[in-house]
Amino acid sequence: MLKALKLEPEKCTGCLQCEMACSYENTGAFNPAKSRIKVFTFHEEGRFAPYTCTQCDEAWCMHACPVEAIVVDMATGAKNVLEDVCVGCKVCTIACPFGTVNYEADSGKVIKCDLCGGDPWCAKACPTGAITYVDASETGMERMRSWAQQSPDAAPPRTNPPREKPLNVYLSGQGGM
Amino acid sequence: MAWTGNVLRVNLTDGKVSKEPLNMEWARQYLGQRGLASKYLVEEIDPKVDALSPENKLIMTTGPLTGTMASTGGRYSVVTKSPLTGAIACSNSGGFIGAEIKNAGWDMIIFEGKSPTPVYLYLENETAELRSAEHLWGKSVWEADKLIHNELQDPQVRISCVGRAAEHGALYAAVVNDLHRAAGRSGVGTVMASKNLKAVAVRGTKGVGNIKDPIRFLQETEKRKQVLQQNPVTGQGMATYGTQVLMNVINELGALPTRNMREVQFEGAHKISGEAMHEPRPTDGKPNLTTNAACFGCTIACGRISTVDKGHFTVKNKPEYWHASGGLEYEAAWALGTDTGVDDLDCLTYVNFLCNEDGVDPISFGSTVAAAMELYGMGVITKEHTGGVELKFGSAEALSWAAEVTMKGEGFGKDLGLGSKRLCEKYGHPELSMTVKGQEFPAYDPRGIQGMGLAYATSNRGACHLRGYTVSSEVLGIPEKTDPHSTEGKPELTKAFQDATAVVDSAGICVFTTFAWTLDDIAPQIDAACEGDWSTEYLLEVGERIWNLERDFNLRAGLTAKDDTLPTRLLKEAANVGPAKGSVNRLDEMLPKYYALRGWTPTGELTPETRQRLGL
Repeated sequence: MLKALKLEPEKCTGCLQCEMACSYENTGAFNPAKSRIKVFTFHEEGRFAPYTCTQCDEAWCMHACPVEAIVVDMATGAKNVLEDVCVGCKVCTIACPFGTVNYEADSGKVIKCDLCGGDPWCAKACPTGAITYVDASETGMERMRSWAQQSPDAAPPRTNPPREKPLNVYLSGQGGM
Repeated sequence: MAWTGNVLRVNLTDGKVSKEPLNMEWARQYLGQRGLASKYLVEEIDPKVDALSPENKLIMTTGPLTGTMASTGGRYSVVTKSPLTGAIACSNSGGFIGAEIKNAGWDMIIFEGKSPTPVYLYLENETAELRSAEHLWGKSVWEADKLIHNELQDPQVRISCVGRAAEHGALYAAVVNDLHRAAGRSGVGTVMASKNLKAVAVRGTKGVGNIKDPIRFLQETEKRKQVLQQNPVTGQGMATYGTQVLMNVINELGALPTRNMREVQFEGAHKISGEAMHEPRPTDGKPNLTTNAACFGCTIACGRISTVDKGHFTVKNKPEYWHASGGLEYEAAWALGTDTGVDDLDCLTYVNFLCNEDGVDPISFGSTVAAAMELYGMGVITKEHTGGVELKFGSAEALSWAAEVTMKGEGFGKDLGLGSKRLCEKYGHPELSMTVKGQEFPAYDPRGIQGMGLAYATSNRGACHLRGYTVSSEVLGIPEKTDPHSTEGKPELTKAFQDATAVVDSAGICVFTTFAWTLDDIAPQIDAACEGDWSTEYLLEVGERIWNLERDFNLRAGLTAKDDTLPTRLLKEAANVGPAKGSVNRLDEMLPKYYALRGWTPTGELTPETRQRLGL
């Protein structure tokens, strides 16, 4: 079973234990600046959001790399950077749509999440269960469940303006249905 | 070895910065943070120095566990001589800057002298630079924080800053870090501003790597995180209600000082409690509490992030206060609310925002307003002084006005900035100041919790709950229950809590862990991280040494046993209601025994034997 990191921002308290665990596993020091997972604090909204590589199937970083320094770990699905092959050209950091591959000036190489070879330290360190390592095909399960549970009356107020046409009209217009 | 081994010395007078090795012999004797920085201060300044003169020094200091995965390992302290008390000051704060200083490769930063013009320190790993702060002077902490982040073009910089209250010389100004955490007590912010030092901005990317036994450290810290998780207070209560879980508990106990400590129970407590912060408001349907939040490395996450109702009179037409920010902790809710008789939760939250925005200690500020309200009720302070404002107990309008003028240092705000002791002296009623050594009381009435009377009277930084929190034992039964109405065993209890707390502070972790941890939980974490042997017994000796070092400084600064006392109100006027009805604090039953236990003379001085035993 392929597993993936599941991130639930509503459970995050912004403590950065994940960043310390990640940096320790990768560098031997507690050093949030070198973490491959990042917690973003939106102070004025009172929200915290952990964020890291999703391990895309057709990974843009991997395809963009001119020296084939990014390879798939078949056991975990992680896209790993081969440090001795990487030339630090940063093309992958541009290719990644999410910004989760980053250049590290000290080493002259890029760093990204490698799922710790299948035992991610961030998930182990998270005290609130905001980061878990679960079946990759079920990362949206809880969200689906909570939406399914809601009665129409209890649905949260929408902030988006109403669409002019229902979505399915658009889809049928493509001849897809 | 967990310490970085580096001290940054910043001479503000001549604008020079230098690097020096940490004195490891002292680290062995005083551990770090509070203890170690106090040792540096004691060695480097004359205790009789004017706190606001260039001869005073100010030290920002981390502990060996700061910046590590030990739960709550993000604490730092600001150590200096206090302008409020004339005693040694050590104000502890969480947030993120402590870990950032450590990550930049420094154990402490010593500021000395006084800059001729306003400056701020920009510290990025090995690079330390004093930059002009002319454009930041006169700005609030929140404004300056934004300007510095923009100027440095680095959102990841962590900032400690003083606000306008400190610039105006309010004697209980705080050093605010990360917008809403504060080294709050004793006027450490006032000292920082007196040196023309507006802010310290830090970015560290070196990390904390030199742990003595990394594998054991990870095991020991993980084991203790489980202890915190499984404890009902640290695992659930604190995350859900924060320290505000105490408001109703202490009120029922009849130990909630009310209206300048005239009473011991507040009829409006339930309206400003931790529970009330969860209640949806009738006006906008949202609760006051937006979320809980953690400081660096903290697995308890007791921090309150709150939002004020946009239609509330305090913030109507002021969209700059409509966002979420640091909300009410128990001490702030008590001082701003109970002690002034104000039961308007949103008003208290707004005033708390102002205390963060402009950097004042909400305990000292609230208590000073309470004293002024009592004087107003007596007709001593009048509308002439306040410019027409009715400064009555219970008035939310008066409280928010008082906060606004204090932050700006305008009119009567100047008087409020003096603190309760000097304000009451100025208006001819020193007996109405609820202070010890010039510092205002926190939220536990020593008529209902006897041990706290002794803890307050003997605290090295004036009235304070964080120097010996006997409430743990007397109210919560941690580590074991003692009778809050009895003085029996309280000298022993107070001494034990004072020494243990000195260790917790000096390690760089949070005192709230001690709701679940004892020193037996803390010692193995320190021992795995730091060179040398750190047993519980040795740490207790370290704690006792730190306590005596601070005491010795205070005595040499001119304080005496006469200062180890409580306001007459608490010693003579009995509690009027509740379980402690009829009680005063019986300090005289405890103090002589405490002196003897400490190895001090009957006049509270260190004996030669005590000095020798502790290596002082």
